[in-house]
Amino acid sequence: MTGGAAQRRRVVVIGVGNTYRRDDGIGQEVLSRLRARAADDTADDTADGNPDDTADGNPDDTADGNPDDTADGNPDDTVQLVTSDGEPASLVEAWTGASLAVVVDAVLAAAPGPPAPGRLHRIVLYRPDPVPARPVSSHGLGLGEAVRLGVALGRMPDRLIIHAVEAADVGHGPGLSPAVAAAAGPLTAAVLRDLRAG
Amino acid sequence: MTHRGTHLGDRTLAAAGLARVEGEGGMYVRVSDGRVEEVRLDIYEPPRFFEAFLAGRSYTEPPDITARICGICPVAYQTSACWAIEAACGVTLPEPLAGLRRLLYCGEWISSHALHIYMLHAPDFLGYPGAVELARDHREVVERGLSLRRAANALMEAIGGRSVHPVNVRVGGFYRVPSAGELAPVAEQLARALDLALETVRWVAGFDFPDFRCDHELLALRQPGSYPIEAGTLVSSRGLEFTAADFERHVIEEQVPHSTALHARLAGHGGSYLTGPLARYSLNSQWLPPAAAAAAADAGLGPVCRNPFQSIVVRAVETVCAIEEALRLVRAYRQPASPFAEAAPRAGTGHGVSEAPRGVLYHRYELDSAGIVRSARIIPPTSQNQAAIQDDLRGFVQDRLAFDDERLTRECEQAVRNYDPCISCATHFLRLRVDRGR
Repeated sequence: MTGGAAQRRRVVVIGVGNTYRRDDGIGQEVLSRLRARAADDTADDTADGNPDDTADGNPDDTADGNPDDTADGNPDDTVQLVTSDGEPASLVEAWTGASLAVVVDAVLAAAPGPPAPGRLHRIVLYRPDPVPARPVSSHGLGLGEAVRLGVALGRMPDRLIIHAVEAADVGHGPGLSPAVAAAAGPLTAAVLRDLRAG
Repeated sequence: MTHRGTHLGDRTLAAAGLARVEGEGGMYVRVSDGRVEEVRLDIYEPPRFFEAFLAGRSYTEPPDITARICGICPVAYQTSACWAIEAACGVTLPEPLAGLRRLLYCGEWISSHALHIYMLHAPDFLGYPGAVELARDHREVVERGLSLRRAANALMEAIGGRSVHPVNVRVGGFYRVPSAGELAPVAEQLARALDLALETVRWVAGFDFPDFRCDHELLALRQPGSYPIEAGTLVSSRGLEFTAADFERHVIEEQVPHSTALHARLAGHGGSYLTGPLARYSLNSQWLPPAAAAAAADAGLGPVCRNPFQSIVVRAVETVCAIEEALRLVRAYRQPASPFAEAAPRAGTGHGVSEAPRGVLYHRYELDSAGIVRSARIIPPTSQNQAAIQDDLRGFVQDRLAFDDERLTRECEQAVRNYDPCISCATHFLRLRVDRGR
């Protein structure tokens, strides 16, 4: 909520995933932590009448898409927090026109070698042209398709940072596995570092 | 992955991935002595998990929880859940809340149909492997689809709080309702979207459609006087008429060994049936609003459409319909004093149906006197259509056995996409196996 900043950059954080597919909920968990931080930072953060809905421990419930959410305390930026199911066209819409887009998602396997649930991967794409190495998202269609579509439409952010977390469990049900839950804090901190670095 | 057997008339086609289908699952086709012996659509479906998960929860929770079943049609899940729980509580949704529920649902139809038409289905007709390749050659076409979705998302955000998994829906209405002023800019976007939707109908009507007809019984909702979207009673092409409360007396679900999804059939009518755009249109085309009716006529659709390949035209016509309806509802909207009708819990069972973009979506909840869900039942459209899709594929493959494996596999994929199956609604893998050997 900077009001009047002439050259405001648009920054978006996109949490991809389904909170009822175990570790696939990590993207929403990070958004929830960013919202909580923004609420702490912004005394005038008013509720919208929606009592933050489900009582199932699901953090995926506050209305977002609100461009007034400031997640990083940096008054020069407007940080938009977006919930996504990973559908490529929606991802492209979410990051269109952004100077920086940060995507957080779970992956089933992101690197050669044995799986390491909770391991973090950070991939940076500057105005990407070729197809990037594609994380094997639990959404299948996933980020690779979204990047290819964004490139084809000329709708990529200036910089795209992907934070991928190796998942232990994407079966049905709420709640993160211990390894991925333990990664939520460091991952949120890593996203905040990216936001501060701009 | 495909294999050709040494025997010319025997083959088993196996492909390990059907792209551009919302969900996960697989397809298997076995041919022996020149005859299609077996067609299986393997579906892995999450509602069973959600049914178990809902037991023991408060009656206020299903609209939010079931919205997570599907990223493409959360409003459908919320709406069927609300109808069912409101019925159990003995609550009738008053105007303008009922209109607002239909308005939100229009947003989901526009968004889902635009996604399927532009990103998933049109590439089949234009010879592209996918939307990315289509966008490279025809950027303006894909942008048109994205503009339609943008208008839909603006509508869903204005009413639902956000477009993905809307958070503003509750039993009895909404947590908050928009002012008429808040909907005014949405109406402007919708007015522009109407032109894009009409253009979409003209565009898809020009595609080349294989000559194919399905003769399944058709099942859809009906709301005399208007096209069925968020509510209605059930009717079929063979004269069945029943309410949501009788759904499970007419629709029988059976376990099949190759799938975690149950197969549905109509009791006493012997076999598979079809729900979704073709059924809705064929049973309700007389109720289309004026622009949609004119677009359908111009596109050459008669009052009934039984060619699954033309479902893309029907979806385009329904997109026009949803935008027209949304504009009408926005114009008529007056902000109510209360955003919801009180729904006090009571012991009982409630049933709810609505027309998800892919077809009839049924929910049933049994509540105790404290409003705790004792049992839940969810029957999504894709599991209802599964047997019909398999039947169609059997005939489709039989008529195309002269094609090589690659072409046959590709056309089978296209035939599956005609139905826009939402196979798991939570992840997006579909594995296709097409076996041509012994």
